[in-house]
Amino acid sequence: MEGAVVLLDFWPSMFGMRTRIALAEKGIKYEYREEDLRNKSDLLLQMNPVHKKIPVLIHNGKPVCESLIQVQYIDEVWNDRAPLLPSDPYKRAIARFWADFVDKKIYDLGSKVWKTKGEEQETAKKEFIESLKLLEGELGDKAYFGGENLGFVDVALIPFYSWFYAYEKCGNFSIEAECPKLIAWAKRCMQKESVAKSLPDKEKVYEFVLHLKKVYGIE
Amino acid sequence: MADEVKLFGMWASPYSRRVELALKLKGIPYEYIEEDLSNKSSLLLKYNPVHQKIPVLVHNGKSIPESLVILEYIDETWRNNPVLLPRDPYKRSIARFWAKFIDEKILITTRKVSFTTGKEQDQAMEELSEQLKLLENELKGKPYFAGEAIGYLDIVVANFLVFWFRNLQEALGINMFTKERFPIIFEWIEKVVAIDVVEVCRIPKERHLVYIRTRLEAIKSASK
Repeated sequence: MEGAVVLLDFWPSMFGMRTRIALAEKGIKYEYREEDLRNKSDLLLQMNPVHKKIPVLIHNGKPVCESLIQVQYIDEVWNDRAPLLPSDPYKRAIARFWADFVDKKIYDLGSKVWKTKGEEQETAKKEFIESLKLLEGELGDKAYFGGENLGFVDVALIPFYSWFYAYEKCGNFSIEAECPKLIAWAKRCMQKESVAKSLPDKEKVYEFVLHLKKVYGIE
Repeated sequence: MADEVKLFGMWASPYSRRVELALKLKGIPYEYIEEDLSNKSSLLLKYNPVHQKIPVLVHNGKSIPESLVILEYIDETWRNNPVLLPRDPYKRSIARFWAKFIDEKILITTRKVSFTTGKEQDQAMEELSEQLKLLENELKGKPYFAGEAIGYLDIVVANFLVFWFRNLQEALGINMFTKERFPIIFEWIEKVVAIDVVEVCRIPKERHLVYIRTRLEAIKSASK
């Protein structure tokens, strides 16, 4: 079952972070390979010919693409420890729904927050906060979305926390002021080793965003 | 206590139809509620407050939105044949990958094909053709996407491509999705439509053509 595990990734990718966390939660040893997205490796192009994107999880030479699909794969193969999805079908459906919600909303809205200005940015900020508030509602009084432990939705969402500082600086707002419960949840997640060692430093991410803004000619 | 299963759907939606097909294949009795999307019912808004969309499955009062999430829920709750998702984790990941590809990439390309003309439309059709070829590759050496019998990915492809897209292409007056260009997919289509519940779940063609033409006109005049 063990077999060689390789992860093709890019350090600031929230999607790559999800897979890193899942692998760490399960205690799986793997080889991490940093991709230069301006000069993609032959291996990446061969393993993900359809999208040519990271992250790509390679297990025993076979590729699994798309971060949430990778997390489910990891959960299903290494099913003897640290379950990420609940066993009840209804609870699984709810977890999948909210992970899908994170995919549909948080990345695009967050991107708009740092990429745009003026009214477009104000609208993006408003919708971004609204989406986070919906997630706060789903979290409720639980320690994690997964209940007592990290679950699928926690893994799907927490990587974005490493980008919150960059969003806040670019958007000139405080996410904690609007969503204190969510930030409390995020800090709780960061106390877990699997999360702490999978997320990059927020200052580094902010520097990266500033660099991207220069490259794209965004003020 | 008997199971109570309700499906909030819309007759022209391939997402709604895919859930119906899964329920029918598994022989699960359900009550179907047709939604008027221009006047959504309070029940729909109650059962899917986040997205306010169909389809929504309600099982013994518990609601599940998002068609792909619903398909997995159905498979995990009613474990009789046909088993929709492969048992092997690697094969499951492949099935999920292609379902996502259809819902995210192919859908966007079909929109481009619908709303552009001339050279732009030609380019969109070319892009769509490439995407369909990638999908066709998945069928090579197998009677169904799922293997020996109809499964999750067959349900997704059938509703999107076989029924919905072929009607759309006719309404648009284009003919890019043909047996000549996609022999393997068309061979698969013949097998799939021979399954009686699949025919029952087909979007009624004439009504659909009228619906598509009306909607396209409305969207085009709104954007002028």
